[in-house]
Amino acid sequence: MTTRVLLGNEAIGRGIVEAGCAVAAAYPGTPASEIQEAVAAFAREGALPIHVEWSVNEKIAYEVALAASYTGKRAAVSMKQVGLNAAADPFMRSAYLGVKGGFLVVSADDPGPHSSQTEQDSRFFAMFAKIPVLDPGSPREAKAMVQMAFTLSEAYEIPVMLRPTTRVCHARQAVPLETPVPLARVARFEKDPTRWAATPRAVLTLHRGLTEKLARLAADPALAPIFLAGDGRLPRTGLIGSGVAFAHARDVLEELGLGTALDLYQVRVPYPLAPSLAEAVRGRYDRLLVIEESYPVIELQLRERGVEGRLSGLVPAEGELTPERLRGILGRFLGLPASPTPPATAAAPGARPTLCAGCGHRAAFYAIRQTFPRGIFPGDIGCYTLGVNLGAVDTCHCMGAGISQAAGFYHAYAQDGPDFPTIVATIGDSTFFHSGIPALANAVSQQARFILVILDNGTTAMTGHQPTPALGSPPVPIRNVVRGVGVGFLRELDPYDLRAFTACLIEADRYMRSEGGGVAVVIASHPCVLQVGPTEGGAAHPFEVTEECTGCEACLADVECPAMRWDEATGRVVIAAAVCNGCGVCVTVCPVEAIVPAEGGRR
Amino acid sequence: MRQRIVVSGLGGQGVLFLTRILAEAALHAGEEVLTSETHGMAQRGGAVVSTVKVGPFHGPLLSPGEAEVGLFLVPENLAVHGHFLRPDGLAFVNAATSTGHSTLDAAAVAAAAGAPRSVNLVLLGFAAGRGGLFSPPEGFETAIRVVTPVRHQAQNLAAFSAGVAAAS
Repeated sequence: MTTRVLLGNEAIGRGIVEAGCAVAAAYPGTPASEIQEAVAAFAREGALPIHVEWSVNEKIAYEVALAASYTGKRAAVSMKQVGLNAAADPFMRSAYLGVKGGFLVVSADDPGPHSSQTEQDSRFFAMFAKIPVLDPGSPREAKAMVQMAFTLSEAYEIPVMLRPTTRVCHARQAVPLETPVPLARVARFEKDPTRWAATPRAVLTLHRGLTEKLARLAADPALAPIFLAGDGRLPRTGLIGSGVAFAHARDVLEELGLGTALDLYQVRVPYPLAPSLAEAVRGRYDRLLVIEESYPVIELQLRERGVEGRLSGLVPAEGELTPERLRGILGRFLGLPASPTPPATAAAPGARPTLCAGCGHRAAFYAIRQTFPRGIFPGDIGCYTLGVNLGAVDTCHCMGAGISQAAGFYHAYAQDGPDFPTIVATIGDSTFFHSGIPALANAVSQQARFILVILDNGTTAMTGHQPTPALGSPPVPIRNVVRGVGVGFLRELDPYDLRAFTACLIEADRYMRSEGGGVAVVIASHPCVLQVGPTEGGAAHPFEVTEECTGCEACLADVECPAMRWDEATGRVVIAAAVCNGCGVCVTVCPVEAIVPAEGGRR
Repeated sequence: MRQRIVVSGLGGQGVLFLTRILAEAALHAGEEVLTSETHGMAQRGGAVVSTVKVGPFHGPLLSPGEAEVGLFLVPENLAVHGHFLRPDGLAFVNAATSTGHSTLDAAAVAAAAGAPRSVNLVLLGFAAGRGGLFSPPEGFETAIRVVTPVRHQAQNLAAFSAGVAAAS
């Protein structure tokens, strides 16, 4: 057995491979993306014949993996927590119908949130679906729980969820590795229409079976909370916790010199909660606190009087339980004096994220904003949500919503007369495949009128460059899909050519408003500069600022390029040649033509 | 050995890479280690921070005022993440001008070493060379070899060594 430092997500991916998983499907999203990357990497490393796919969305990933488990093979699906919203339909029913081969659902939560549109708790979703959920507190624990989940899933013929949070997914720790042993199972789907095609009457029977499974599972002694008895310094005092919040609570207690002073219970299976926990704590404590992220899942099931936590108001209802916040919570719970010196806080918020230098999206957003100063700009989810910094993204809701919102804005405004504002929706290529296609078919068939700019950089850039179906084999070109749903105006061009791109937007607007017009689609194609670099990405020389610069800062405000900064010493804007990718958008913006190709020409 | 380190920079500067090297070096030193990293949107040039906890800890995050060491790849981030340092904590800062902490123009050193993008490794070498970290420089050289693809090894080791040299 060897040990390797792994990211939490890599540990989960390694666990999936070691467990003999045969089919792994996923859609990327922070903080879950590296799980599937790791499955692919470890499968390659061990030359294991695992089917690893980046599906077009989480619902489809879920269904692909679920059917594989029907054949008796082990299967896994991984996603971020809001991905589970997209997969809710197959998720809910899969609890009733159950599985054959072990079936693992990884849903990574993001308390904070750091990179998500909600800080929802997937454990609550598991409880809603009546699916057991495991809550790891570290990469090492996460890997061990993957094995535990597959075993449980097969023993009870039920999907099992692993719910890591950002601080587990993106933590690193030395993790013991075992040799993956292929399970040598042959696919065998045993037909049983009363189960796999259950009609409502059969569903009731299946539901009863599910309730019975959950009761047995909750009473399984192997899944009971881990009890760490205190040394009596804080008598009749206990803390129940799960996940990384429990780990951080232990660090805080140790820092206070109270690491062993009270009784600790680590809950590994927050749902279904072991009835033995309630029995163990009943009448035993004067003070009992529940620490969990991010909703009161354990607390609601515990139903004991006098328990402190979110329901009692001691633990804040929102936000991540950082060590700093836990210090305050534990201090109030234990009646400790506040720290003699108030903890220092950050003096500055820090630089905000921005599109990369030379990103094709910047050119497209600049043109959209300049061409339609009174426009409405529904946006979507990806790097290009950063178009909000450029005033070219007015909404961001969930995957694919920008297209449906554009239709909704149109129908609301069009009722008031023909002088409706130009609506320009933007969506990335991966998001278009994820949820944009049904939205576009709907908009076309409902005779909505707006411009849709598909920002095609040939990859899923935000989450680490996963492929899209347009890069599949055989490829599914975006233009074919757009034509296929009946769009009457389609152009495809590189937004680096700002003049042509702007002319195209004006043409699209004219079509959209014409008799017989409808949705106009412009595919803005420019490869992601993080993938291809400056030389293959189009223009190949950096730009520089001459002495003509008046210091008006128009370029800094309208282009917000990380290669440009204000230089106090010269009172001018300067461009860092090492960062500039030569897109030339800033050249167009400068009112005094002070931005020119740098000396030295091409590089 | 217990050491809590905060690594602060901008997305794209190699904060994640530095975090991996610190974790790997801890493993080679026979220590337990937990790190936490920033992924996602902030990596697009925003302020990012990693934490590294060497020793018998349970969770990866730090409280303000706990870090014994800080590595700051841009001086502006002292105002953003400097509060994680203990009052007696050591900050190593990449900056062209003095910051009141151990400061090195790591960008200039990296450029002179022929590795302009390796400001992170120069700063790491500087901190290790000053004896500020849980492992001597040799431990980090081993870690760099483990973590770096072969084609970048010589350049990365050169950048690290340049940082160590700048410490004396």
